[in-house]
Amino acid sequence: MEESRSHDTARRKRTLVKNAALMTDEILVQVEGLTRSYGEVRVVDAVEFTLFRGQILGFLGPNGAGKSTTMRLVAGVLAPDSGRITINGVDLLDEPLRAKQSIGYLPEQPPLYRELTVDEQLSYSARLHGLSRAASRQAMARIKQRCGLAAVGRRLIGNLSKGYRQRVGIAQALLHDPPVIVLDEPTVGLDPIQLREIRDLIRELGQDHGVILSTHLLSEVQATCTHVQIMRDGRLVYAGALAELEQHQQSTSLRIGLQAPPPVALLRALPAVEQVEDLGQGRFRLHHIAAAAPTQAVLEQARMGGWELWELTPEHAGLESIFIELALEREVKR
Amino acid sequence: MILVIAARELRGLFLSPLAWTLLAMTQGLLAWIFLILIDEFRGLEGRLVGLDPMPGVTDLVIAPLLRVAAWALLLLTPLLTMRLFSEERRVGTLDLLLSAPVTPSEIVLGKYLGVLTFLLGTVALIALMPLSLAIGATLDFGKLGAGLLGLSLLAASFAAAGLYLSTLTAQPAVAATATFGLLLTFWIVDLAGAGQGAVSPIFNYLALPRHLDALLLGWVQSADVAYYLLFSAAFLGLAIRRLDNIRLQG
Repeated sequence: MEESRSHDTARRKRTLVKNAALMTDEILVQVEGLTRSYGEVRVVDAVEFTLFRGQILGFLGPNGAGKSTTMRLVAGVLAPDSGRITINGVDLLDEPLRAKQSIGYLPEQPPLYRELTVDEQLSYSARLHGLSRAASRQAMARIKQRCGLAAVGRRLIGNLSKGYRQRVGIAQALLHDPPVIVLDEPTVGLDPIQLREIRDLIRELGQDHGVILSTHLLSEVQATCTHVQIMRDGRLVYAGALAELEQHQQSTSLRIGLQAPPPVALLRALPAVEQVEDLGQGRFRLHHIAAAAPTQAVLEQARMGGWELWELTPEHAGLESIFIELALEREVKR
Repeated sequence: MILVIAARELRGLFLSPLAWTLLAMTQGLLAWIFLILIDEFRGLEGRLVGLDPMPGVTDLVIAPLLRVAAWALLLLTPLLTMRLFSEERRVGTLDLLLSAPVTPSEIVLGKYLGVLTFLLGTVALIALMPLSLAIGATLDFGKLGAGLLGLSLLAASFAAAGLYLSTLTAQPAVAATATFGLLLTFWIVDLAGAGQGAVSPIFNYLALPRHLDALLLGWVQSADVAYYLLFSAAFLGLAIRRLDNIRLQG
């Protein structure tokens, strides 16, 4: 598990670098002051964001934060109470048909007809998006290859597993080759292997498209996205590039375990250490300044002082801490 | 785009056992009634000679048969139209249509065309029964044509009403029940016109079968045709508005 994660991270870093190289100034989605209420409840409140080509923007938040509603608004399935949405330079509210041409949308529940075969479903969707018969045939062959659906073309959708249906849903969103792809919880219900395949696919798409996806899983955002927006109660509470965030959040603490611990004052005296937390049973957390980790000093002192070191872990305060902080804030407010 | 949606709708109907069952039931029932009517006609045949105008097989077999067929359509259409929108809303496939670059009018007309094609197919199958009489008897093709036109227009009206009601709910069964109730109301609304009040002509005009009667007698009036077309157009217009509202209200 640990291994696969590091493998994932390494791969993500590679694509991130590639993405950064490809990222252009072309604005694909521009959203201003987006607001939407259901009755008295304001589900989306003054949401603003911009998506450039080459970005994968992750909407993160607890359940009920308004992520799905935002996705539906951007896809044009739901009309906003106020605000402006511009897709690829076209106003979604003024010219819905032209704007929708540029969007591929996968709702939370993939919109598939159970009684159709995969091929029938895909060709219907392609024709619905204005592709000619010949063009839709070509697009289908290409997309089926890309999404790993080549073998199930003649199977009934009703008989497919959840993972395959999700893939058909994604394939359907990509058929007409839209510059903007909106995916609402694209990896829910997938097994670990499918999960990796779909994440690879999303990262690949992010290279020459603009992708917006929503999720309540942090690992999802860390594995696929270049940018992240955290939502809570319909508002955006954090927005930024993931790489930026990770730089800020480099390890600032070191967890150590000692068989024969010295007095805390000795640990406190180590270079760069600002604070020492006693976790009990010979474990300590050393908070240090971000620029310099006292790893070498700890190793040396432990050897010389006979502390019998048995654990040394740099602790990453990543997105998780921000996310939990925000979630907790809400609890407190209530 | 309308044709793409209509084709899928029609395909969906034929992929479900429901449509086949309904088709088989209708044909079976009407065939039985057709046989009874022919039997009756053969019993009467001798006594008709000398009447002026002498009623023929078209009046005594075909017109009653088509009248029963109208009842069959009344029962069958709500079951065909109930899924048009409510099923799509329930399963979530409506999102595909709403996020695709098509207008609400195209969606509504596409679906209407799909179910209408099925119903016209049903009418064509029903028409085969009277046509088989042409082998041994002389038919009044004018009257038969008028009757079939009436039946088709009636089916078109039923389908439009059913389509609208299926946009109102995500439960197909509720849509079917509501459609049946609405159609039945329009069917019997002229009972209120039996009295001598000033409003009677309005109720008489509103009733669905009144306009069919004239057509079954071979009497094609533009007023009757217009009634059915207006009836259909009104409900289709409501459905388009409703679809717009789904986007606004969520």
